[in-house]
Amino acid sequence: MKINWFKYSSPQTFYPLAGKMIPWFALLAAGFMVAGLYISFAIAPTDFQQGEAYRIIFVHVPAAWMSMVIYVVMAAWAGLGLALNARLSAMMAQALAPTGAIFTLLALVTGSLWGKPMWGAWWVWDARLTSELILLFLYLGFMALQSSIDDPRRADRAGALLALVGVVNVPIIYFSVKWWNTLHQGSSINMGAAPKMAATMLLGMLLMALAFWMYTIAVALMRVRCIMLERERTADWVKELSVKEPSGVR
Amino acid sequence: MLRRDLLLALRRRSDVATTLFFFLIVSSLFPLGIGPEAAVLSSIAPGVLWVAALLAGMISLSRLFAADFADGSLEQMLLAPQPLALLVLAKILAHWIVCGLPVVLLAPLIGLQYALPNDALLVLVLSLLLGTPALSLIGAIGAALTLGVRGSGLLVALLVLPLYIPVLIFGAGAVAASQHGMSAQAHLSLLAACSLLSLVLAPLATAAALRISVE
Repeated sequence: MKINWFKYSSPQTFYPLAGKMIPWFALLAAGFMVAGLYISFAIAPTDFQQGEAYRIIFVHVPAAWMSMVIYVVMAAWAGLGLALNARLSAMMAQALAPTGAIFTLLALVTGSLWGKPMWGAWWVWDARLTSELILLFLYLGFMALQSSIDDPRRADRAGALLALVGVVNVPIIYFSVKWWNTLHQGSSINMGAAPKMAATMLLGMLLMALAFWMYTIAVALMRVRCIMLERERTADWVKELSVKEPSGVR
Repeated sequence: MLRRDLLLALRRRSDVATTLFFFLIVSSLFPLGIGPEAAVLSSIAPGVLWVAALLAGMISLSRLFAADFADGSLEQMLLAPQPLALLVLAKILAHWIVCGLPVVLLAPLIGLQYALPNDALLVLVLSLLLGTPALSLIGAIGAALTLGVRGSGLLVALLVLPLYIPVLIFGAGAVAASQHGMSAQAHLSLLAACSLLSLVLAPLATAAALRISVE
């Protein structure tokens, strides 16, 4: 069986597909979230050093992962859009940016809530915290640049270039732990080495990460549908859609 | 190209002077705000001087392409047979000679005001010399992206300052290291690496950004 991947690269065909996918991803997100939260708050054992306060890890670490992953994915979409001149890729990049910024903010806020009881300070100028903050700035810069250019084509391409330039920063974040190892604990999960935490904790964290993934996909698809309608409002298929379903987006 | 830009800058000397005065004023504001104790000043000097240099470099970025964009010569450059990245590199070099180099030369004087010891002064100049080209190079990408965009001055700050941070860390780190009697070589090497990396990548990215902005 041969699938024509390019079929869904046009907004016209992708719009209904995205509409069909959103409920599924939203459902999965909710399911993983419930399971993840149950495991992390009811089943996972209390940490013998940090007590109950460590449980914020179940939100903090997945959010930090997502903040970095979304940036890379966004840059990949942007690069694809720049290279293939595909409208939809650029729209995906634009749709991902706010979610990424929110996860970055979430990671920073939960991190500082966690840092207060553990390190005794809301904020420490540690390399990882700082690079996460820089990542937030990069997201904000991307969004600011895109929104301040009126011509959407130019906005897409300028934003794509900026995202590609900024993606240099993501590996710096990841390796900064090794480079300037200071106060922040090293990452608890290493490829190759056995995880240094209880299996249930790991499971809870992974479930939360999956929930965040699904949430991101669902929200990005919703947002990209809005962007598609807005950008292509003069196209025939949008007009037909509005005639068929005047009640609005569905 | 380099000669043309330098000549243009020479004709409008006040532009160069503004950057320099900005650097001077910003770095003189800190002692006024913090107080004249030499110990405090010399401990904050590396960071303050580097941040001031960063801002001075950034303020002048908007002029990098704006004039050429306004009078149409930028479009001629895009159409020129020479590779655009090379032309861009010449423009960036001119920008650094006009805006970066004076700051480097002025820095030891301000360092003296901040009661920096002699060897730290030397490292300060060296680190600025190695780091400011990276500032001009990275800044050029931002300047090219925001060309002709409304509110471009503020936008450039938002885009470029996060990318400046590694340069700031290594630059200020080098001076601080030498103040504490350690070798600044590691920081200086990393700084040079930043500059070299941006020397390779930034002209290409800037050229691409210019093509996007001028179409």
